[in-house]
Amino acid sequence: MNAEAVVTRITYREAVKQAIREALRSDPRVFLMGEDVGHYGGCFAVSKGLLAEFGEERIRDTPLSESAFVGAGIGAAMGGMRPIVEIMTVNFSLLAADQIVNTAATVCHMSGGQFGVPVVIRMATGAGRQLAAQHSHSLESWYAHVPGLRVVVPATIDDARGMLKPALASPDPVLIFEPASLYNMEGDLTDASVNADLSTARVHRRGTDVTLITYGASLWRCATAAEQLAAAGIEAEIIDLRSLRPLDDETILQSVRRTRRAVIVDEGWRSVGMSAEVAMRIVERGFYDLDAPIARVCTEEVPLPYPKHLEDAALPNAARIVAAVQGMFGHAN
Amino acid sequence: MTGLPAGLDRGRALHLLGEMLRIRQFEARCAESYSAGSIRGFMHLYDGEEAIAVGIMQVLGPQDAVVSTYREHGHAIARGIRMGPLMAELYGKRTGCSGGRGGSMHIFDARTRFYGGNAIVGGGIPLAVGLALAEKMQRRPGVVACFFGEGATAEGEFHESLNLAALWRLPVLFLCENNLYAMGTALARSEAQIDIHLKAATYGLRSVAVDGMDVFAVEQAAAAAAEHARSGGGPAFLELRTYRFRAHSMFDAQLYRDKAEIEEWQKKGPLITLTTQLKAAGLMTEDDYQRLVREADAEVAEAVAFAEASEWEPVEDLLRHVYAEARPS
Repeated sequence: MNAEAVVTRITYREAVKQAIREALRSDPRVFLMGEDVGHYGGCFAVSKGLLAEFGEERIRDTPLSESAFVGAGIGAAMGGMRPIVEIMTVNFSLLAADQIVNTAATVCHMSGGQFGVPVVIRMATGAGRQLAAQHSHSLESWYAHVPGLRVVVPATIDDARGMLKPALASPDPVLIFEPASLYNMEGDLTDASVNADLSTARVHRRGTDVTLITYGASLWRCATAAEQLAAAGIEAEIIDLRSLRPLDDETILQSVRRTRRAVIVDEGWRSVGMSAEVAMRIVERGFYDLDAPIARVCTEEVPLPYPKHLEDAALPNAARIVAAVQGMFGHAN
Repeated sequence: MTGLPAGLDRGRALHLLGEMLRIRQFEARCAESYSAGSIRGFMHLYDGEEAIAVGIMQVLGPQDAVVSTYREHGHAIARGIRMGPLMAELYGKRTGCSGGRGGSMHIFDARTRFYGGNAIVGGGIPLAVGLALAEKMQRRPGVVACFFGEGATAEGEFHESLNLAALWRLPVLFLCENNLYAMGTALARSEAQIDIHLKAATYGLRSVAVDGMDVFAVEQAAAAAAEHARSGGGPAFLELRTYRFRAHSMFDAQLYRDKAEIEEWQKKGPLITLTTQLKAAGLMTEDDYQRLVREADAEVAEAVAFAEASEWEPVEDLLRHVYAEARPS
């Protein structure tokens, strides 16, 4: 067995850290900045130890000023650096939304292609840790709405490890959303030398009867649901979108044409979000391939509550996914 | 005005006045083209503030960067962006300095390191901080000149950015053009502290107020600020006190200020004052002045002709420049 094929078992957190460390080692233009990324070690401990290895020049603790340090990352990228900007959570990113939406996404266009913004902005997203209504939301679809941005959501260990390198090589701004509930997840890193691409979806599980289309933490809810469905004789295919902008229509449509049924599972709210977008793209080009109306399993339309039983009830889960699929086959339990 | 500097060279005096006249004449023609419908959208003219752009640009070199606002025609001209592509940008033509995609509020030019043309009030300030961070981290000598109006000092981005730049001692020149009105809101109606440079000073950076109607005072203050930033002293802040002679934009009926106030300021305008001083000092004749006006007018006319003769970008190109066209292999 050669060294590159060795499978190692690590956490999602460690996978992200390895990717950052590799980027810092291989390119002197790369640096990491954000709130508490240095001395504290990162609010989710992703960057723990990096300050000691790379020093304060390249692991930069910033003041609590999202707009200024995200904007500074954009400016530094335009000035020749390759910044990795960490925002604690997507909820906090709204304080920097002006810089992301009005500057990072527009400079290439407004300048007629003279300037690009090769910045990477990482942030945690999603619920599952009882952090209530200002630390738990899944707002990545808001950014996926905006031309000029690239939006990816690594759900697996390989993607957590592999997406940063192509993101830093991209001449465009890339937003990486890391589901907070996955940082402790352990899994197999199959090949650290493989660069994940930033624009294609991936078939996570092969199946013939229904396609579950999802991304982020909901990938694992779908995986659990698929096992339960298999026991009931329904083989579900699972598509991990990976990239929300651009959206890989072909992989979605190829799957739906075979299975003829689609359930979209999204931790975002149902109204005006990713699930609506994916469903409409299927309708536009695959309507006549469908044997049943498209179904959606999303977060209930409520700011996420603190108590565990209510948070659990608000989020997509395997039981709701199974029920949605069975409803399509006419035998709701 | 504090009067002309001792030993002022005639050639230099005429150069500075000529630069200010180029801006004034360009803006006059922009207003005409706007009325004629050749320029659309929002357009914000710079009349009255010319001494600032010209004074500041005298101390910047090609290694330095400029971040500007939506009232940036004057900055662009003084920075050395050619008038033809500038006017073509206002016309929305493909030969414009931003390829026609930006218009009056979004002038960009890689050759002169001119990073917009940012039309979110305060939005360019974090960008300037980042450009300065890139200079510092790459051990380059450039400073970043960041223009904004006094209205921006009410924005959170202003305060966040000054703190960050001062904390990291970044080479930014924060250049606040205080023309007393944030669109139609007078300074005292929006700020508890109307001495803007005092607000900046609380962040621990070098901060002074300057007569923005005096090109020599601006140049002198800018030189000291740039030297401070270039030598590792960190950011510097200039409150440049000035007045906008024209309306905020072409849609502004100016209901919020008296004509008499405008006339009072026009009497102490940067061009009329410098012209009078240079003549009184024997450094310029009326013929010299008329020649400068003619040269500026000719340059503007040529720019308009260039813009009018330029082609539109084909509609087939609509989706270009959303993402960079040069991809890594």
